[in-house]
Amino acid sequence: MASVRLRGQLKRLAGDRAEHSIEGATVADLLLEIERAHPAASGWILDERGVLRRHINVFVNGELGGMDTAVGVEDKIDVLPAISGGSKRR
Amino acid sequence: MTELLVGTRKGLFVLEGEPGSPFDVTARAFAGEPVEFAVRDQRSGRMLASVTSPFYGPKIWYTDDPAGEWEQADGVALPEGGEAALERIWVIASGEDDGTLYAGGDPGVLFESRDGGSSYELNRGLWEHPSRPRWQPGGGGLCLHSIVTWPGEPDRLAIAISAAGVWLTDDRGATWRRGNDGLVPRYLPEDVPDDEIALCVHSLNRSAAQPERMFMQFHGGVYRSDDGGESWADIAPGLPSDFGFPLALDPADAASAYVIPLTADTDRVTPEGRVRVYETRDAGASWTPRGDGLPPEHAYLTILRQAFHQTGDGGALELYFGATSGGVFGSGDAGASWFDVATHLPPVLSVSAGQRE
Repeated sequence: MASVRLRGQLKRLAGDRAEHSIEGATVADLLLEIERAHPAASGWILDERGVLRRHINVFVNGELGGMDTAVGVEDKIDVLPAISGGSKRR
Repeated sequence: MTELLVGTRKGLFVLEGEPGSPFDVTARAFAGEPVEFAVRDQRSGRMLASVTSPFYGPKIWYTDDPAGEWEQADGVALPEGGEAALERIWVIASGEDDGTLYAGGDPGVLFESRDGGSSYELNRGLWEHPSRPRWQPGGGGLCLHSIVTWPGEPDRLAIAISAAGVWLTDDRGATWRRGNDGLVPRYLPEDVPDDEIALCVHSLNRSAAQPERMFMQFHGGVYRSDDGGESWADIAPGLPSDFGFPLALDPADAASAYVIPLTADTDRVTPEGRVRVYETRDAGASWTPRGDGLPPEHAYLTILRQAFHQTGDGGALELYFGATSGGVFGSGDAGASWFDVATHLPPVLSVSAGQRE
């Protein structure tokens, strides 16, 4: 199973656990399973459309990925706020 | 003791004090996060705050202790799997029934809570309105920013959406009709059809003393309605500018309204470098500047839509507004004189005033 690593608020919402071993073929599978298993995190990573929030980045083995990125059982996936975060209004 | 909930780009500030002197910051929450709106439900004492994390999206939070833990409200989202996502919650307002609250947001959506703000449901009548595909967003988005209720009529609501105009319901949101007669959008061609609904309402409020009377700050115009929002008459003549965002009313006087004009939509600062609130006591027939104690020169402030509120009434009416430059100003005598409430907050997005023991 792939290992999904969460930090900060996302970690707290996902049972206060940083590492989650999850089965899935794509990043989307893993993130949907995170939200299913931890309803408190629902809406925090993906919006209502199922789209990855604009300033959330997903790295697969250290490389920036997307919802369709394929994952394998040995892969490590990091979900974290982008350092580019914020908005032009701030 | 007066309590102000001040939403800023960098968190919520709770201020307490007596009119005439700077207030104390007694609590801060959501440090670093934009708090677009915060209000205390005077019926329950519960505080509610709208926070849009740039990372994690818009949420509504609530607490009974602003210095303690806040809980995330459930249901503040659009239907899953659709083509739209919730962008922001602009306003939270008490309903007429116990425990009922409403929240309005972008993209032009209304939520209702029946449990004091712990959970919400999307109003489907508005969400599925046939005209929605033609609604156009204003500069701040397709924001539902004003929610008006009527005493003793819990099924009746008026809402305003920038730029989809005023909408009225008599069946608790099952059906909606427009309330835009008399509004003149000078930013549209004169021959635009009447059913064109790019009407950029900036703020909407209702008189407490005369429930069918309403006031509106429009994108170029200040209007009054004497028929519960069905039709509107321009009352802007006499103001230095008919552009602005917030307005406040004296609950004891149906002929009262206060606005804070900005120079123009192309120059959204206080006119002539002077900060002045304009007051009418004759339902808009005339306006009087109220600036005693406000910055008299070299002051180019921007006061946003939700950053002006009142508490009390009559001679004890207190008025408070905040600017994007971080100052909060107050009056304890219905605008006759003003004082600095706070001078160095982050950019102010909203101000909500109330009384605490």
